Amino acid sequence: MTASNFFIVLAAFLASAVEAVEALTIVLAVGLTNGWRTSLLGVAAASLALAVVVIALGPALVQIVPIEGLQTLIGVLLLIFGLQWVRKAILRATGRKALHDEALIFAREVEELKRGPGVGPDLDWTGFVVSFKGVFLEGLEVAFIVLTFGANRDGAFALSALGAVLAFVVVTAVGAVVHRPLTRVPENTIKFVVGVMLVAFGTFWGGEGIGVEWTLGDWMIPLLAAIYGAVAFAFVTTLKRGTPTATAAGSIA
Amino acid sequence: MKYIVGFGKFWYDFIVGDSAVLAIGGAAVLIVGALLARSGAHAAAEVALPALVVGTLALSLRGTE
Repeated sequence: MTASNFFIVLAAFLASAVEAVEALTIVLAVGLTNGWRTSLLGVAAASLALAVVVIALGPALVQIVPIEGLQTLIGVLLLIFGLQWVRKAILRATGRKALHDEALIFAREVEELKRGPGVGPDLDWTGFVVSFKGVFLEGLEVAFIVLTFGANRDGAFALSALGAVLAFVVVTAVGAVVHRPLTRVPENTIKFVVGVMLVAFGTFWGGEGIGVEWTLGDWMIPLLAAIYGAVAFAFVTTLKRGTPTATAAGSIA
Repeated sequence: MKYIVGFGKFWYDFIVGDSAVLAIGGAAVLIVGALLARSGAHAAAEVALPALVVGTLALSLRGTE
């Protein structure tokens, strides 16, 4: 492999890996909170939709799909959904909301039992939609990367596709390794962290969609998550000083 | 008909959920950000977006003290 070919593979690998890590973060978040079946079905549906779009449009994809519009729509939905989770996690951590809604869980169990044996639990549509949107948007961005790098010269398309596939394999392997230890983290902690991450992704994507040029590029996502995490933790500390009840004296951890 | 109602209810729960403040605030954040970005104030938009998100969250927690 020549040096220029190597750099095309490397560039496509690195750019695709960044997008794949962002998708993996959302898939892990949904899997840990809404169940792996829901999360992986979202991945499967998004992969299918992506395949249809990429095969149908091919290189014309870059001109036809309004990526800014998609980023804005997905960004605002993730922002609102993430804020709802952070708010609930703060209220739970400060005892203003029960850690578990036992009545709701009981009603759900009864409903499942009524359906009879052999029927699995319902698909969690909220988790499915979040997983689908995250993978679809990031997958579309990877397709853009492959097509953009691949359009440079003859034969470059196969090299950039190779870089993207390698990134997908490496990031998926990392996800398979880290998902098990994460399941041991307390539920409200996971929901708190997931909510903060969704708000960070929502701000970043929504911002990109409306034309904000983030100075730090993709590095803005962890910075936003750190800021939101610190602020949410400060809200918990402040609200705990005036906790009204001790019925659900849970904490974030 | 019940599928249309169910579809509408799903999106209402997804977007509004427990707090309409977050739904309105989340959309307002991006509208303000878009106005700043289109006027060329990119640095201001970068600061305003996270600041407004934090403000929206604070507003939604009012009344829970």
